[in-house]
Amino acid sequence: MTSVETSVTAGSGDDRSRRSPDQPTPDGDRRSRRTPDGRRTRRRTVPLRARLRRDWPLLAMAAPAALLLLVFHYLPTLGNVIAFQDYNPWVGDNAFEAFVYSEWIGFGNFETLFRDPGFWDAVVNTLTITAFQLVFFFPLPILLAILLHSIMSTRVRGFIQSVVYLPHFFSWVLVVTFFMQMLGGAGLLAQRMRDAGLDPLNVMGNPDTFIVLVTAESVWKDVGWGAIIFLAALSAIDQNLYEAAAADGAGRWRRLWHITLPGLRPVIVLLLILRLGDALTVGFEQFILQREAVGRQAAEVLDTYVYYQAIIPQQWGMGAAAGLFKGVIGLVLIIAANKFAHRLGEQGVYSR
Amino acid sequence: MSIARTLTAGRRPRLDPVNQPPRGRRPGVGRPVWEEPPSPVGQGVKGLVLATMVLAVIFPLWSVLVTSLASRETINATGGMVVIPREIDLSAYVNIFSGGQISRAVWVSTLVTVVGTTFSLVLTVLAAYGLSRKDSLAHRPLLFLFLLTFLIYPGMVPSYLVVTGLGLKNSLWALILPTAISVFNLVVIRAFFMNVPAELIDAARIDGAGEFRILWRIMLPLSRAVIAVVGLFYAVGYWNAYFNAVLYIDDNDKWPIQRVLQSYILAGQSPSVTGAPVNIPGVTAYPPTLAVKMAVVVITVLPAVVIFPFVQRHFTKGVITGAIKG
Repeated sequence: MTSVETSVTAGSGDDRSRRSPDQPTPDGDRRSRRTPDGRRTRRRTVPLRARLRRDWPLLAMAAPAALLLLVFHYLPTLGNVIAFQDYNPWVGDNAFEAFVYSEWIGFGNFETLFRDPGFWDAVVNTLTITAFQLVFFFPLPILLAILLHSIMSTRVRGFIQSVVYLPHFFSWVLVVTFFMQMLGGAGLLAQRMRDAGLDPLNVMGNPDTFIVLVTAESVWKDVGWGAIIFLAALSAIDQNLYEAAAADGAGRWRRLWHITLPGLRPVIVLLLILRLGDALTVGFEQFILQREAVGRQAAEVLDTYVYYQAIIPQQWGMGAAAGLFKGVIGLVLIIAANKFAHRLGEQGVYSR
Repeated sequence: MSIARTLTAGRRPRLDPVNQPPRGRRPGVGRPVWEEPPSPVGQGVKGLVLATMVLAVIFPLWSVLVTSLASRETINATGGMVVIPREIDLSAYVNIFSGGQISRAVWVSTLVTVVGTTFSLVLTVLAAYGLSRKDSLAHRPLLFLFLLTFLIYPGMVPSYLVVTGLGLKNSLWALILPTAISVFNLVVIRAFFMNVPAELIDAARIDGAGEFRILWRIMLPLSRAVIAVVGLFYAVGYWNAYFNAVLYIDDNDKWPIQRVLQSYILAGQSPSVTGAPVNIPGVTAYPPTLAVKMAVVVITVLPAVVIFPFVQRHFTKGVITGAIKG
């Protein structure tokens, strides 16, 4: 728990302890809480009741949001136990009774799931798309940020930034619609090709090139947005390094390689870890929207699998098993990637 | 209250480190002397790449807008999407707003966006402030409860069962409550609050201000920019809500605009995109023309395009700090 906490405050340079007036610590020095032999002394001087009287407004403020998370995040998380049940929503009067009366079947749902070739197809599709996007999408925001950073004119830069950020705020329905209108069978490109007497190209319905299409859509939507964080990291690089390197005779590319990229490394590692943790999530709406156009074999990812194989036919236990599988793998991946980043001397998502 | 008020009175003081002049090269100041002059080839390639990117975003928007304003004759003459405008024909928009499914969907989406954004912003700001004091009671376990959601994926099926179990099926609250709190946004705002000098808060407290007053009178005025950005994020999220509508809203009359766009435009082109039966009362009678379809697209894009420029200048300031710390 300390670890997650530090990630938020790390680097904020904000280590002031905030005293409130009725806290009876005259020096306010947090370190004085521990005596040399390590026992806590000071903290006990503010009794729980006094702290409660002092801090109840803060607790009350955090309570509604915490309640929402408990109901809509942690309750479903606990609800995953129905992965080990033959969950039947009709056996009780409400969802809770149904849970109590449903039969426990151990790993039965997982067995059904793992025996279904459709599930493994979805896993393979998901991982293929993740790998493809890691190679063909992940580096692009970095390149774009470097490119944008090199523009001298604030005005031009601001304009380009605004334009490339914009699609991030469009829904997937809109993005797919735009692609359909431009590249689809009745879209602008096909229209022009037909006018020119060519055989029109239908990019939208071709399962073989689906992965390219999906990546192109992701790039269109998010490449600009992804560049923001790298732009911030770029402007934090000490300019004297560049000047010193130039004085030492390093050309443009050497400076890029030896100063810019190392300067970006922590951010790159951080985003890579996050991406790996999400290896089984490739975006949901994008696939559900195009699944019928290209067919199941190309567009079925884990999330759409759960939707079509569990929610629509109401196979709750099996769907929960698939979700649990995904959640656990994601958690394991992110922890492993973070450990690995620490091994490499990077800060990672959270420090130890 | 007086000291604190003096400090915050008048022009906004330079308190947050984010607003201080950037270190490093100030944009617009020009090329440092040691840097070699740009090569014409490099400049050319750079310009070409960036121009392509800008065009790739603007061109579809342009084409959709022009088609939505074109008459049936122009659309027939060009065989589909129009690129060069000939005339302005508003009949598609008149058609849409004369009632029926799309007017209703615009109303539903607006309602969900306004109510949801307000609700989310209030709860998020309150929680961000409640968690911003490092020495407060139960601060660490509470923060842990919030941050742990980053690592845990609850799963679609249990979430579905909880939402429907609460009786939210076919209720617009199903589009608001499950996504009301974004812990990321909360962390961004909290980071801002934590950067407000402790002296300011102490001064206010000595003057007798309670926590709510400190939040209202000191924290909020100082972090207007970041709150605007977070508000935009929430608003965009609600306006774009599509999948939750697929899951929870079966009733056509309560469909938000994205759901209508999907079944009306996308599924209209390849009839079974969702697999769900498409039945739009009042519209199915006459098949929508391309202009009407594109008008729906324009309406769906519009809020983002209109609000975006006002908030955009705060992005780098507001988001990066939070993002890097989070």
